[in-house]
Amino acid sequence: MIEEFYLLLPHILLSISIILWLVVDGLWKNKTLNFWGTFVSLVLTFFSIFISLNYIPVSGQMEFTHLATKGMLSFDGISYYFDLIFISSGIFTIITSRNYQREKYTELNELYSLILIAVFGMLIISHSTNFLTLFLGIETMSLSFYVLAGFFRKSFQSVEAGIKYFLLGAFATGFLVYGIAFIYGATKSLNFSDITVLIQKAEFNIVYLSLGLALVFVGLSFKVAAFPFHQWAPDVYTGAPTTISAFMSTAGKASAIFAMFLIAKNVLFQFSLFDSTKEFYKDTQLILALISAATMLVGNFIALVQRNVKRMLAYSSVAHAGYLLMGIVANNIDGWNAIAFYSLAYFLMQFGAFIILSLSETKDNDFNAIEDFYGLSKKHPFLAGAMSVFMLSLAGIPPFAGFFGKYLLFVSTIKSGFLWLTIIAVISSIISMYYYIGLILAMYFKEFKEGIKPRFGLPFVAVVVCLVLTLAFGIFPQYVIDFTIFLLG
Amino acid sequence: MNTIPLEFYLILSAILFSIGTVGVLTRRNAIVVFMSIELMLNSVNLTFVSFSAFLGDVAGQIFVFFIMAIAAGEATIGLAIVLALFRQKQTVYVDEANSLKW
Repeated sequence: MIEEFYLLLPHILLSISIILWLVVDGLWKNKTLNFWGTFVSLVLTFFSIFISLNYIPVSGQMEFTHLATKGMLSFDGISYYFDLIFISSGIFTIITSRNYQREKYTELNELYSLILIAVFGMLIISHSTNFLTLFLGIETMSLSFYVLAGFFRKSFQSVEAGIKYFLLGAFATGFLVYGIAFIYGATKSLNFSDITVLIQKAEFNIVYLSLGLALVFVGLSFKVAAFPFHQWAPDVYTGAPTTISAFMSTAGKASAIFAMFLIAKNVLFQFSLFDSTKEFYKDTQLILALISAATMLVGNFIALVQRNVKRMLAYSSVAHAGYLLMGIVANNIDGWNAIAFYSLAYFLMQFGAFIILSLSETKDNDFNAIEDFYGLSKKHPFLAGAMSVFMLSLAGIPPFAGFFGKYLLFVSTIKSGFLWLTIIAVISSIISMYYYIGLILAMYFKEFKEGIKPRFGLPFVAVVVCLVLTLAFGIFPQYVIDFTIFLLG
Repeated sequence: MNTIPLEFYLILSAILFSIGTVGVLTRRNAIVVFMSIELMLNSVNLTFVSFSAFLGDVAGQIFVFFIMAIAAGEATIGLAIVLALFRQKQTVYVDEANSLKW
């Protein structure tokens, strides 16, 4: 079927460009060529998604046996929506990394190729319909993240981040595959749709299946940095190169949440439909709700005492994993829609904040401490203003994109009957205002401190784009929401 | 003919997985931690193969090949990162990589 090749266009383009730019790097060693080449390939992949969107099949219309992918990849609209987030995150990382690499270390072309590989892994995750493709996608993404975290191999902090991320990530992988093995043993299938059918017919072993689901969720909690598996996140996000932390904490988290979303929507949701498994579903929901509540409280409380802005953002990203998990707990159409909107909003605001940090880092001094931001508004009013917008958006203050994301998540959770979780979420966002607004106060109401010298140039474009989109999606959220509701169908 | 029941394989792989988990949590040498992770992955392989054999479905055995490939990739990357650590600090003990806290 020729439509399938249009649907697979982003994957095909991206996989060709990964190999192409690795080979070109080996032959010519031209840094400018590789930088622009990888950038243009990702931009082309971004636009190819709009071609693919025209060919999305109506559900049940495609006969999988005729396809080259044999039903191992799905072509749902919502997958393409997440692809857009992942690819734009990759584009932003590439354009911001160049100046940062030159300043901090030395420019190496492998960074750009590794970013392409990580984005490719994310595309596989978002299109997976099968535990095998899901696992391969997660590993393709994680393996390149391990290298990226330890990329500045002459800097001890970066290597430390790399080894911590690698050991804990590989440990989590063990749990993930062990869980998949038990789900396979319980249902004799790896395919989400087959598992769904088997659950409807009640042909499964509940002990193996619940054990398997629990282990899979443990493995994925590591990847999203949810409590009690969040310990690696602050260390890794602090030690890794800042632009890479931005990439890992936005696109990496969104893709792990999307993997959870796929399992929740395709497997867990089936349990809520039958009387015999309703109790089981209620228990699962409660456990996820407790994890979500603990994650946001822990993330926000520890962020309160941080004096390093990069580490504070890392803890805030842990807290945001908790907010995103609320959508998984709700597990209804509103929850899925809220996850889609909040992943986009969170990507824009968190990425922008990390990039502003990376602008002022130099080889000898990171200028990440909160004291370095004192009085930034007097010398660099635009940067201080942009940082304030990102902070207010992360805190969930209207009219920025973060507010509507949180609003949608809270509404979906209330609809599914978890009022207490919403109350905890509101309380923890109030707690989070202390440190977000603390940074704004430091930038506007303190004496200017000499030393911080932000560099402008190409990375600045990414800040402006993030800023404009955070405002635009905050003021006109209905365009995104209509789009995601249409795609979720 | 008496065959070994499925549960025996599952218990064996659960024991191996637990040994791997304890190894990861208690050892300080990065190489030993990494070997424990490999043990965990191999116990998963055993689980997959035994389920596959007892269910009469071949998908589980295919999955094992992918796990082995991923484990090989992990070994390459992991040893490279450990080497980078060794070049910095002349040690492979993970608790000496402690510059980042709180």
